[in-house]
Amino acid sequence: MNATTTAVVAEQFDDIQQQHSAAKLGMWIFLATEVMFFGGLFLAYTVYRFTYGHVFALASRHLDDVFGGANTAVLLFSSLLMALAVRAAELGRRKQLVRLLLATALFGILFMTIKGFEYRKDFVEHLVPRFDFRWDGSDAANAELFFWIYFALTGLHAIHVTVGIALILVLAALASAGKFSQNFMPVEITGLYWHFVDIIWVFLFPLLYLAGHR
Amino acid sequence: MNAISNATTTVVRHSGAYALDNYLTAAQGVKSWLLTTDHKRIGILYLWTILVFFLIAAVAAALMRIELLTPAGDLVTSETYNKLFTVHGVLMVWFFLIPSIPAVLGNFVIPMMIGARDVAFPRLNLFSWYLFVAAGALALWSLIHGGVDTGWTFYTPYSTTYANSHVISMAAGIFVAGFSSIITGLNFIVTVHKMRAPGLRWFRLPLFIWALYATSLILVLATPVLAITLALMSVERLWGVGIFDPKLGGDPILFQHLFWFYSHPAVYIMILPGMGVISELITCFSRKRVFGYAWVGCSSMAIAVLGFVVWGHHMFVSSQSIYAGMIFSLLSFLVAVPSGVKVFNWTATLYKGSITFQTPMLYALGFIGLFTIGGLTGLCVATLAVDVHVHDTYFVIAHFHYIMVGGMVMAFMGGLHYWWPKITGRLYPEFWGKLAAMITFIGFNLTFFPQFLLGYLGMPRRYHAYPPEFQMLNVLSTAGASILGVGYVLPLIYFLWSLKRGRLAGPNPWRATGLEWQTSSPPPAHNFEATPIATASPYLYDAEADRDLHMANA
Amino acid sequence: MTTSSPKLYWKTFIALMALLAITWSVGYIDLGPFNLVFALAIAMAKAVLIMLFFMHIRGGSKLLHFVAVAGVLWLLILLSLVLGDYVTR
Repeated sequence: MNATTTAVVAEQFDDIQQQHSAAKLGMWIFLATEVMFFGGLFLAYTVYRFTYGHVFALASRHLDDVFGGANTAVLLFSSLLMALAVRAAELGRRKQLVRLLLATALFGILFMTIKGFEYRKDFVEHLVPRFDFRWDGSDAANAELFFWIYFALTGLHAIHVTVGIALILVLAALASAGKFSQNFMPVEITGLYWHFVDIIWVFLFPLLYLAGHR
Repeated sequence: MNAISNATTTVVRHSGAYALDNYLTAAQGVKSWLLTTDHKRIGILYLWTILVFFLIAAVAAALMRIELLTPAGDLVTSETYNKLFTVHGVLMVWFFLIPSIPAVLGNFVIPMMIGARDVAFPRLNLFSWYLFVAAGALALWSLIHGGVDTGWTFYTPYSTTYANSHVISMAAGIFVAGFSSIITGLNFIVTVHKMRAPGLRWFRLPLFIWALYATSLILVLATPVLAITLALMSVERLWGVGIFDPKLGGDPILFQHLFWFYSHPAVYIMILPGMGVISELITCFSRKRVFGYAWVGCSSMAIAVLGFVVWGHHMFVSSQSIYAGMIFSLLSFLVAVPSGVKVFNWTATLYKGSITFQTPMLYALGFIGLFTIGGLTGLCVATLAVDVHVHDTYFVIAHFHYIMVGGMVMAFMGGLHYWWPKITGRLYPEFWGKLAAMITFIGFNLTFFPQFLLGYLGMPRRYHAYPPEFQMLNVLSTAGASILGVGYVLPLIYFLWSLKRGRLAGPNPWRATGLEWQTSSPPPAHNFEATPIATASPYLYDAEADRDLHMANA
Repeated sequence: MTTSSPKLYWKTFIALMALLAITWSVGYIDLGPFNLVFALAIAMAKAVLIMLFFMHIRGGSKLLHFVAVAGVLWLLILLSLVLGDYVTR
């Protein structure tokens, strides 16, 4: 069943296939730019883990891997929900699409909530650089470096998650107004963004939380 | 499937050589410009915007050159001088050169060259211009409040810890400008992949497209690293936590790695589009197919890729490992090869061509000579031992100005003159065009050649005072700069003049090949009245037939 | 475009969760330098699964494959050459 037979094609395109193809390519290129954007921080992590491996391992153990692991599962599940949402859009199932989008956003919010609890815990345990940071040991400065990178990476990631949640909520609103009955592509490309955000976290979790074996 | 059925079925009215129904007349009023999604109008918006920043940066350069007339630092304080060279660098790099050919000529010409109605994402295109304007506003805010004195390179720990100037607002401006350029690059890549007219295989594309495609690859892959680097520098400056701070065990050299990972490819952003223009000009004004078309096209891609693995040559004396230095030096030699390929191929194109010396060709020929000098001196600085002596001297300044000004700016001027008739429907006055091109060439060489000598003799860059024995060369350089200034002011005047009083151009005043010349001047809003179909290779010039034509008319 | 069945997405999710469990438990074993190798390898496997099945790279054009690879490749260029400096200082 072709849900796009009467889709409105933007005037610069010849047909809907060209438009879809362009949209997908555009989003994948954008994701490549995001890889390089996070890449600078990954570089900092790499360089300093190489230089201060021992301290990084010690510091990493102070992070709560239960929170981290749970958050990983939350995001993975949200990716599943998003993939199912895209499928619902392709098949023109409006109600299912809206429900799945809302569910995805919900899990995104759950991620942010857990993150919030985790950040609060880090603050209480004096692990936030420059805000009453305390470290037992001679390498306090290098440990502070680890935590700075931890907050930078997870903070940047959290910003991306927030943007993603907002986009998905907007999509849900548009979906319930029937905007994607002829053209599911906006859902697909938002899905691509969301999966990317998930992939970043998939790398952050072992690098930050499991740098030192427990 | 021809989807133009609902577009331009009306006949375009002409008045002699000028199309009365064109993209300029299609809608009137400020709102139609500020809300346009027409790639041609967006190109013009960019043109005006970059002109503003070029003028500010040129004024900064003029003040520097006036200061350098005398050995003593007597015109401005050293702090002010630091701010002058910083604003000159920042504005020229991010607010003039990087957008110049891509955002102005690329935006205007690319869709037409591939037979498309517009770029892939026209609204994103307009958004990129707004981002650029916002970025400029941030940069101007920083300037008005006293500017930045770190140099355009923002090295740590000065920028993060000790500078007393408006670093973060300037960094924010560059950050936003970066995203503007990423969007432009993304748009171009998707456009070239997805919107070529039927029959336009990759190896039938004009070399300008190859060059801009390669540039776009650099834009999307390198610029994000700049963005994160500026963000990290700003955070370190704001809150004292950071990864460049030795107090935390951080390494200031990490900043340099991150900065140059972007900024070296960025210099290829600032030359590849120029090379693309030159390919178009050389072939048209020698009436001959480009020699080694595939080699030239692929060399653009090679420059883009290799350009990413040479950045350490900016850091030879930074205390990076000597082995890294050796590898970067070797790779830098390698990246010169595709540039050499281009120069050889352009020269071979000229050989036995039927050459005429209109203004665009004068700029193109100037480019070939000046870029060659700039490129060869690049090999000098890429040589580890030599660079130890000339790093941070005027030798480096001369090297990159030969490429960026002698190369890219001349290519931009050449391209502007070449496509001016297409953009405006009018011809610029040829006599003044030629005169300005020659004044520019003379002024440029007088400005920058002495700087090679100064650098070799040991004059450091970024100093507002110098030992008296360097004065003669500095005076020559400043004299050259004033002549160069005339060379730039003249086109400003006659281009504006031509808008009202220039001769009507007609669709193809240069008898050039290329799809953009198959439509009227100025083009209709949707570029073509019917989607063209490409059946032939590009540059089907016939030099011999042209020569016979000239002989017959002589 | 042929729409995938929900089963495929669920299977991918189960695989991802299994890999997460492995990552997590290996984090409690001392493998020396291989902790990092293992962790990265599993993360990459997860990323590949997400890209192939959730992001539909499997049914995508060669161009999309190329773009996906290019992003990672360019990051590796940054990481390897800079690390090369630090390692040889």
